[in-house]
Amino acid sequence: MATDTLHTPAERRNRNVAVILFLVAAGMVGAAYAAVPLYELFCKVTGFGGTTRVATDNPKGVIDRLMTTRFDSNVDAGLAWHVTPAHPVTAEIGRVETIVYTARNLTDETITGTAVFNVTPERAGRYFNKMECFCFTEQTLKPGETVEMPVTFFVDPDIDKDAELKTIHDITLSYTFYASKNKGS
Amino acid sequence: MADTHALQAHDAHGDHAHDGHGHVTGWRRYLFSTNHKDIGTLYLVFALISGVIGTLLSGVMRLELQEPGIQIFHGLASMVYGYGAGDAAAALDAGKHMFNVFTTAHALIMIFFMVMPALIGGFANWFVPLMIGAPDMAFPRMNNISFWLLPPALLLLIMSMFFEGPAGAHGVGGGWTIYPPFSTSGQPGPAMDFAILSLHIAGASSILGAINFITTIFNMRAPGMTLHKMPLFPWSVLVTAFLLLLSLPVLAGGITMLLTDRNFGTTFFDPAGGGDPVLFQHLFWFFGHPEVYILILPGFGIVSHIVSTFSRKPIFGYMAMVYAMIAIGGVGFIVWAHHMYTTGLSLNVQRYFVAATMVIAVPTGVKIFSWIATMWGGSITFRTPMLWALGFIFLFTVGGVTGVILANAGADRALHDTYYVVAHFHYVLSLGAVFAIFAAWYYWYPKMFGIMYNETLANIHFWITFVGVNLVFFPQHFLGLSGMPRRYIDYPDAYAFWNRVSSVGYYITFAGLLLFLFILFLSARQRVKAPANPWGEGATTLEWTLSSPPPFHQFETLPRIDAKSDH
Repeated sequence: MATDTLHTPAERRNRNVAVILFLVAAGMVGAAYAAVPLYELFCKVTGFGGTTRVATDNPKGVIDRLMTTRFDSNVDAGLAWHVTPAHPVTAEIGRVETIVYTARNLTDETITGTAVFNVTPERAGRYFNKMECFCFTEQTLKPGETVEMPVTFFVDPDIDKDAELKTIHDITLSYTFYASKNKGS
Repeated sequence: MADTHALQAHDAHGDHAHDGHGHVTGWRRYLFSTNHKDIGTLYLVFALISGVIGTLLSGVMRLELQEPGIQIFHGLASMVYGYGAGDAAAALDAGKHMFNVFTTAHALIMIFFMVMPALIGGFANWFVPLMIGAPDMAFPRMNNISFWLLPPALLLLIMSMFFEGPAGAHGVGGGWTIYPPFSTSGQPGPAMDFAILSLHIAGASSILGAINFITTIFNMRAPGMTLHKMPLFPWSVLVTAFLLLLSLPVLAGGITMLLTDRNFGTTFFDPAGGGDPVLFQHLFWFFGHPEVYILILPGFGIVSHIVSTFSRKPIFGYMAMVYAMIAIGGVGFIVWAHHMYTTGLSLNVQRYFVAATMVIAVPTGVKIFSWIATMWGGSITFRTPMLWALGFIFLFTVGGVTGVILANAGADRALHDTYYVVAHFHYVLSLGAVFAIFAAWYYWYPKMFGIMYNETLANIHFWITFVGVNLVFFPQHFLGLSGMPRRYIDYPDAYAFWNRVSSVGYYITFAGLLLFLFILFLSARQRVKAPANPWGEGATTLEWTLSSPPPFHQFETLPRIDAKSDH
């Protein structure tokens, strides 16, 4: 019966408009899901939300401004690790520094953990470059094992040209450790 | 005006469309209804019931907040959820959570089950086809589905209040914004899943409705009615429908991610798996900001007609009014992060969102000034709908001004999540949208039901409500400015005075609601027959050319709109 009535031109026009509108609605659901990878990409590209950069070396050299980098660690309740962050480092902007986080597995089981991280002020993320970092990989700790996890980083001298960060003398790099959800790897 | 009379004479036979085929009666008439007027009535009844539930929920909150300390909710929690006499501490905790459950339910019910069904489902269903000269909606059966999805959605939301939310407590207490992690790991019980499903169903209902309205308005206007001749209410519904179509699917996507994060181990919003809870806020407000315009835009359309009718002048600046609504709808999509100034956006991003948000004041100002200009030099009669429309303009402007203040990222640092924000959005919604609903109700009531109401009582209803809601919400500005945060069951003694005033305002408003129900009862009892056009020559749109109530099927011969007629 529905197909019969669709023979009138008016009903066909209505159907065409409705089909387009349904596609628009479906497209918006798709856009919501597309926002997930796009948001991640956006954070990586712009340093939004304190997302740090990855670099292999510092081509821009060292400038005459001091920056203190502080280190912070948080461990999720679901991960029985004890993590000790490094002491603060004060150095000229642009100098490559290496510090060490220490993690100890408090249980008698092998546990895989992973860390998420950002820097504050969040705006500084785009200038904070990491060359070597444990956060790039998951860490597996044997029962009772203690590991040292190095982070090699430098602050991009371009930070000096950022008006919003003129008065900043400290950057805090913060890690939060979670039990890994990817049990397989 | 001559045009209008010509139109009436010309279209009088639109009325005499015979009900050739006998239509079903009794409960089948409504359950199986494909008639836009019957479905509109169903929506209005549904909105009325939801509105009473939502009002009662806020009443219990105002009772609790009338005095410092906790007086009501621990007892209520023991009663409803059955904590024993020995469980005083547990009952107190449950009561605190229950307060937040009431806040959440009040918001969701008022937004999704009262304002939207009343304005979009109710009045738009009734009057968009009548005002554009169409026999019915484009997809009458889809219209039926749109409505009948809503009662189960409301039922799910109410059921959620009785299931476990956070460990050891009942219901969803995260506010209507349902931010993770409180909505994921914070409330592991099934209550949240009920609420999410409720929003899914209500959202599906609205998307179907939006598709129906857009198709109807694009394809079924009477011959000669170009878009630029279409009355402002159908225009406002058209813009609203597009906002619904573009924003609701994003909410649906966001809450589906919540659902899978909760139940199927995805980590969209869980940092442990590389997700980000702030992403939910972006998705939510990409929907949430257009949503507040969805709630108010149909009101803009309604108020335009009422102001024009009772000033006996065509609306001032019709084209500006149309494009102001389109501009508000468009800009509404690019200001969402002004709800998120405290989430660590960079200063430049904040600068953009401040500027973009303030730009909305321009088209909104165009509308306010056009309403005033419509009244200017008009022959104004202060009938009941006009009182409500004027109340709308006044109160919406107050809410708009506090909105411009809140748009400043700097000021928002201090005001974020305080009662100042509560006062702001209740001025634009509880007072703005609700006044528009009552204005429309009293304006179209004679048309919809063919009977009059007692205008003296209805005017008293207006004045009681006007005084009541102002007493409720104006003091909340003071509370917010002195730092009282939202969503708490208790507060320091310093806030006691204005909280008591606010609660007294609620009782006055509630008396207004009782009077409203009495007016309905009295009107149904007396059945004073309404004329086809009770409002005189100012009422120029097509629905007034039909009898009151309009015939079951109207416009079997389509009306013709000639090139010179008004909007």
